[in-house]
Amino acid sequence: MQQAITATAAVPATSRRRSSSLGDVIFEHVCRAAGIFVLVLLGAIIVELFRAGLPAFRAFGLGFITSTEWDPVQEVFGAGVSIYGTIVTAVLAIILGVPLAFGIAFYLTEIAPVWLRRPVGTAIELLAAVPSIIYGMWGFFLIAPLMAQYVQPPIIDTVGELPWIGGLFQGPPFGTGIFTAALILAVMILPFIAATMRDVFEQVPPVYKESAYGLGATTWEVMRGVVLPYTRISVVGGIMLGLGRALGETMAVTFVIGNANRISTSLFGSGNTIASLVALEFGESAAGSLKLASLLALGFILFVISFIVLAISRYMLRPRLKG
Amino acid sequence: MSASMTTGVVPGPRKDPKVAAALGRRRKRADLTLRVFCIAATVLGIVLLASILASLTWRGFAAMNLSVFTRMTAPPGSEGGLLNPIIGSLIQALLGTAIGTPIGMLVGTYLAEYARGSWLGNVVRFISDVLLSAPSILIGLFIYQLLVLPFGGFSGWAGVAALAVIVIPIVVRTTEDMLQLLPNTLREAVVGLGSPKWKMIVLVCWRAAISGIITGVLLAVARVAGETAPLLFTSLGNNAWSINLTQPMASLPVTIYAFAGSPYEDWIALAWAGALIITLGVLGLNIAARSLLRTRH
Repeated sequence: MQQAITATAAVPATSRRRSSSLGDVIFEHVCRAAGIFVLVLLGAIIVELFRAGLPAFRAFGLGFITSTEWDPVQEVFGAGVSIYGTIVTAVLAIILGVPLAFGIAFYLTEIAPVWLRRPVGTAIELLAAVPSIIYGMWGFFLIAPLMAQYVQPPIIDTVGELPWIGGLFQGPPFGTGIFTAALILAVMILPFIAATMRDVFEQVPPVYKESAYGLGATTWEVMRGVVLPYTRISVVGGIMLGLGRALGETMAVTFVIGNANRISTSLFGSGNTIASLVALEFGESAAGSLKLASLLALGFILFVISFIVLAISRYMLRPRLKG
Repeated sequence: MSASMTTGVVPGPRKDPKVAAALGRRRKRADLTLRVFCIAATVLGIVLLASILASLTWRGFAAMNLSVFTRMTAPPGSEGGLLNPIIGSLIQALLGTAIGTPIGMLVGTYLAEYARGSWLGNVVRFISDVLLSAPSILIGLFIYQLLVLPFGGFSGWAGVAALAVIVIPIVVRTTEDMLQLLPNTLREAVVGLGSPKWKMIVLVCWRAAISGIITGVLLAVARVAGETAPLLFTSLGNNAWSINLTQPMASLPVTIYAFAGSPYEDWIALAWAGALIITLGVLGLNIAARSLLRTRH
């Protein structure tokens, strides 16, 4: 504690009067208690979810994670399908969203005229503020019909005929499905990744960029040779942040993924994610049932996955942003 | 790259003008491609935002009339409104923020004023940042396990608690950021006058950082007002008028979710009206928060 006080640098001296030093002690302890409360909160979330999911882990063992069966009638539950759906949609969303986010961040830091940077940046940030249920409605009523009518049929007819990758783009064009869910997710995480990238791009010392420009480098060469190497770690951290968001996104995915409990080889097929399965099936499971325990066990698995991803992301973003 | 710029003065092989010109063209082309791609990406981003807003305006205004704000939710075909979900959302979002804000402010103060560089402070900051992006559906499940199961039913309080958990890390982040922006000379001046540290923080630092903290609180309200997933398992929803927090309580996002997924035309229309209301509210709060921060700094 002594160390903490001297480290603040602001208050080297302790007050002489007893009453005020008592106030200081109380206030510091209240603040620290609030900090510890946050730790307790996280611990409680982990413990509670694990405890609630324990009956499912007991009943199915480690096979719960890999089993692809989900049969409420037989009371057999497995997490395989939804873990697969969660990871596939999130990774696909990253593949679709990162190039766009990079483009936006680069436009905002290097290309756009200065007067345009703030309004455009605000518009992109507002995209992050739109509630996920709105994305769900937008995806379900607007994007899914568009996909079914104009996007999926030509892709199925052309790419779907190819060997190897063709299998990923086959089947009837429902409009909903894993690919559409990933598309909506990509739009949702786009502003988060773009905002992080813009912030780290702006931290590159102007001298570095100016010296590269002075040597005659083009904008692209400055980006590739100076900005990206300098911000590499933070950029990956920003992408991981987007991945963490995509993994746990619920409402938007529930609307458009089609909600089927099987692994479809085609990206246009239906599927589910952990979050969408929990949101959808929760209402139909009685308190104390094995189904509810399985859903909570799914929640625990999702928590572990997203905690790892977010922790890595924070670790990568931390030192650079402070430096 | 250096080869294209060397002249005879610089050691190395003499450059071939044709090769140099081709290289220059290629570099220019690559640069132009990147610029076009970046502009296209930004335009696409703005088009997406515009498309969301346009579809909300188009379908939301079509369904908007006075009865949306004056009537309760009702079975399909009987001309209901959204009054109870709107009130329920307001109550839960405001109460959740009211509970989460003081805790978040204290944590942020601890991080900025007491824990700089300390081990505990780093852990708290790290965990709070992870909670900031943790899936909100899991916070709903956690509160279900903590407050719904033991107390025998869904309740407005459970919804409030779930939203408060979401508010805390948002307020922590802005409070710490805003306090760290304050110059240390300010703190030294206050302490130099003989003030105890807690008075320095409460009367000077908080006051100096207040506009930033309010910005964070507004953003937190905007965030929780649109949250659906955590409320599904906590306050559940209620088709009747109820402002009793020990009973299940309606909320706008959960009602939109239920109505938009239904096969009834009038419910879907109401869902669009609700979506328009919530988006206007959330984006309005965001813009207000931003302009507040800009006028002060």
